[in-house]
Amino acid sequence: MHIPDGYLSPQTAVTMYAAAAPFWYLAARKAKVVLTARTVPLLSIFAAFAFAIQMFNIPLPGGTTGHAIGATLMAVVLGPWLAIIGMSITLVIQALIFGDGGITAIGANVFNIAVVPAFVGYFTFRLISGSSSTDSRRWVIGGAVGSYLSINAGALLTAFELGLQPLLFHQVDGTPLYAPYGLAQAIPVMMLGHLTVAGFVEALVTGMVIAYLQRANQQLLALHHKRQEA
Amino acid sequence: MRLKYLWILLISLVILSPIGLLAQGTAWGEWSVEELEEKGLGFVPQGLQQLSALWEAPFADYQFPGLSESFGYVISGLFGVSLVVGSAWVVGLWLSRKEASEKKKGC
Repeated sequence: MHIPDGYLSPQTAVTMYAAAAPFWYLAARKAKVVLTARTVPLLSIFAAFAFAIQMFNIPLPGGTTGHAIGATLMAVVLGPWLAIIGMSITLVIQALIFGDGGITAIGANVFNIAVVPAFVGYFTFRLISGSSSTDSRRWVIGGAVGSYLSINAGALLTAFELGLQPLLFHQVDGTPLYAPYGLAQAIPVMMLGHLTVAGFVEALVTGMVIAYLQRANQQLLALHHKRQEA
Repeated sequence: MRLKYLWILLISLVILSPIGLLAQGTAWGEWSVEELEEKGLGFVPQGLQQLSALWEAPFADYQFPGLSESFGYVISGLFGVSLVVGSAWVVGLWLSRKEASEKKKGC
């Protein structure tokens, strides 16, 4: 799901940076209010968690590989805005240091892997968990379902951005200039893998960590929630 | 707030990360120029060819020169985790800085 350099036209890349930028701005403003010396370590550890989770490549139906992302987990503990910050840091380091995702594609990858998943996952989680207490099963289910939807939303967006390239950016004879496969190929293959295996792994990992935190450190799990109520 | 066990879990994940190397194949839409050539497409899109060379990551594909694939992956994982933790810490502290007047109000 990490789009490399060259798969998006410069126009698309710039557009996606423009799409991500307002969220960075708003997240930074939000962070100024809610981040404290106490929560900074949490941001660090969950951002690192996402990084570690993403190293586990999973074979997907269709012969390709994918991985869980960890955005919803971060959003449940820290709220969606801090999740966007944490995930963005992870994505930038992945691109710069490890070549996982392109530099021109950072805007797109942030939008697809940080912004949209954080919000989709968070709102789904809030919808399902409702007013139930931190140790309720609804927190686990909310996290699992939310993260499943979030990774698939991200995959769909990625497929859409890649699949549009040959349609919009080609040579006079129709030869694609960037990502070579159109929507008719991109969407089915991406969604097949993520709706089945990758989404399931994401849901499992998210649910398991929430369940673990419910037993080991409920205070941490409830941190963002308490702040919302205060 | 006891975070010790989260750190242990994190490090354990990184040590187990070579499991992530077992999966054959590449992620869809993440092929290198060489991999695209092998795919039987017949050509490499021009723009892709040009832009793909834009950035040479120091530890591309999570490999360390001179180390085996698995060992390099784990070292990259530990290195990456440290970078993420460090950067997030710095960014977090920077973003959370409050004016002296705000500090008196809030707390």
